[in-house]
Amino acid sequence: MFIKVNREKCTGCSLCISSCPYDAIVLHEERAQITPLCQLCRACLGVCPEGAISEVAEASDQKEKGQGSGVWVFAEQRDGVIAGVSLELLGAGRRLAGQLGTDLSAVLFGKVGPGPEELIRWGADRVYYCADDSVANFNDEPYARLLADLITEHRPEIVLAGATAIGRSFIPRIAARLHTGLTADCTSLEIDPETRDLLQVRPAFGGNIMATILCPHTRPQMATVRPRVMKPAEYASDRKGEIIPVSAAQAVSRTRVVETIREVSEVAVNLADANIIVAGGRGVGGEKGFALLFELADALGASIGASRGAVDEGWIPYRHQVGQTGKTVGPKIYIACGISGAVQHVVGMQSSDIIIAINKNPEAPIFNIATYGIVGEIAEIIPLLTRKIREAKGL
Amino acid sequence: MKIVVCIKQVPDTAEVRINPETNTLVRDGVPSIINPYDMHALEAALQIRETAGGEVTALTMGPPQAEAALREAISMGVDKAVLVTDRLFAGSDTWATAYTLCKAVEHIGADIILCGKQAIDGDTAQVGPEMAEFLDMPHVAYVRKIDEVTNNRIVVQRLMDDGYDVVESAVPVLLTVVRELNIPRMPSLKGKMAAKKAAIIRLTAADLKADENSLGLKGSPTQVKNIFAPEAKTNRMMLSGTAEESIDQLVKELAAMKCL
Ligand SMILES: Cc1cc2nc3c(=O)[nH]c(=O)nc-3n(C[C@H](O)[C@H](O)[C@H](O)COP(=O)(O)OP(=O)(O)OC[C@H]3O[C@@H](n4cnc5c(N)ncnc54)[C@H](O)[C@@H]3O)c2cc1C
Repeated sequence: MFIKVNREKCTGCSLCISSCPYDAIVLHEERAQITPLCQLCRACLGVCPEGAISEVAEASDQKEKGQGSGVWVFAEQRDGVIAGVSLELLGAGRRLAGQLGTDLSAVLFGKVGPGPEELIRWGADRVYYCADDSVANFNDEPYARLLADLITEHRPEIVLAGATAIGRSFIPRIAARLHTGLTADCTSLEIDPETRDLLQVRPAFGGNIMATILCPHTRPQMATVRPRVMKPAEYASDRKGEIIPVSAAQAVSRTRVVETIREVSEVAVNLADANIIVAGGRGVGGEKGFALLFELADALGASIGASRGAVDEGWIPYRHQVGQTGKTVGPKIYIACGISGAVQHVVGMQSSDIIIAINKNPEAPIFNIATYGIVGEIAEIIPLLTRKIREAKGL
Repeated sequence: MKIVVCIKQVPDTAEVRINPETNTLVRDGVPSIINPYDMHALEAALQIRETAGGEVTALTMGPPQAEAALREAISMGVDKAVLVTDRLFAGSDTWATAYTLCKAVEHIGADIILCGKQAIDGDTAQVGPEMAEFLDMPHVAYVRKIDEVTNNRIVVQRLMDDGYDVVESAVPVLLTVVRELNIPRMPSLKGKMAAKKAAIIRLTAADLKADENSLGLKGSPTQVKNIFAPEAKTNRMMLSGTAEESIDQLVKELAAMKCL
């Protein structure tokens, strides 16, 4: 496939030029021209008012579709606790399997008490379960090898994993090994009823654009999925399914976890999993200001986030940083306190369901994306808000 | 010790926008920069060279213009710069990108490969781990600290969702790094002079003896079907009145949505 400009139709208006994220279109003799910079991202298709830009199919585009059936979910566990995102994926997987008229399997590595039964109650028809000690802790190579071998043996058509530190680290190795596609950090998954292909929607360019990604020819279609966007399926304590034991005989690893350090903080820093985040910026004014935020977070059962400004000032450690240079989060409620709303911060939190902005500057850009805005001083608003929330919760 | 740093030239995405009416990208005058995470990978490579000795090569796959990124890397102090460029690479997804970079690394030779955690345009964070698989090497993603480097062993700290792991790995190894790792140095005057004159090594698909069916669009299992603007948040509400009044209103709203 390549992109072509019909020089007869082109009027040289330049609209397509500014639409190209890769600067791959230039004006040549008053007509648009596609240069070798083109990444075939299709951003320019449909921009042209004259319909002068089109994609041209080539013989090499025609490939046979790979075969496979069944939807799989990698159920991630750490310390014997199954990650919340895995249950969400079972919900999404259940829905996709229903649309495809196929079944849903979970894959679980490491011994987890009633783990496999629980996965069935959360929607799986079948669980491939490796309780071997060698995969109790996460290491990329054995995890990738074991899952890749299972996929090769059973040929599912879709494989989903959480877009967590673990999923985003080892799933790419499987895509490389099996020469199939992997879509990163998806926020929506649908089936195209005509082709049965998985339509995978994900943010790119720091969340400034959304893209639909296809994996049309190879199977399985693989995706990592952002935590907290899919809904878990209904839990049914009487659901029955099949548990298939798997051995980890091939598990060799050239990496070894020497030590695991959990962040010890009164308020959790697991921002990726947080339901509510209270975040502070330069406008918080200092460590004293952050102490107020910690109290609010405590009242709400929230985690603490920060903008780069506050981290650079040394008021709070880097691990709390949200934004392009920190973590990307999507909680139910994000309370931005004294944060101006620079794009670099906004790209890391704009997918939050409800954004509450508190800032003394009514012109602050954070108000443009806020669901609720309050103009006022942090030192005044926050303690009052904490008190009112405690009252409302009857604390 | 041979160290290869993979760098990608990217549009400064903070300035890329979608026009919600026409559903098209607006990037007028958006500058191209070295992917910010890769700056930290460069710095880490230079620090490893300072303590363990060796040679640092900056590697990029991209259009001829990506040479500018390599010159910037030279100004920071890398020894060699390799540009992998060919019309055949157009349309590469992460699979084809990682395959191509793997071929280039095999050509150059490497004990330690450093990548950024992710590129700020594609945002996938997949190229590093995929490369490691192609090269049959271990990898550690999200490295926030390098504790120890010897010729056959490395100890690093890996950022996890709930804290961090101390991970020991055999060398050769591939690391992807986060920003917390270091503060990238500024180019020196001498470095800037050197960057102007330095020769850039150029490699094409033929030089890499790569399988044509694994390159560019042909080798890419994924396709971008379309792009569109993120949904704008609608129900915006500025709360007014005294501090107490606006807070009462907010708490009421939250309670009504069963958020408390
Ligand atoms: C909107 C959009 C969405 C996309 N989604 C996907 C997707 O879901 N799956 C997919 O497979 N492809 C996807 N692609 C294609 C992907 O962006 C390109 O393959 C891209 O060149 C590499 O991926 P990345 O930018 O995400 O790099 P990342 O994997 O995020 O980069 C990690 C590190 O790898 C190194 N690196 C990456 N590219 C290069 C390079 N060219 N030269 C040297 N070093 C490099 C750098 O050290 C970088 O820090 C998408 C493209 C677009 C335009």
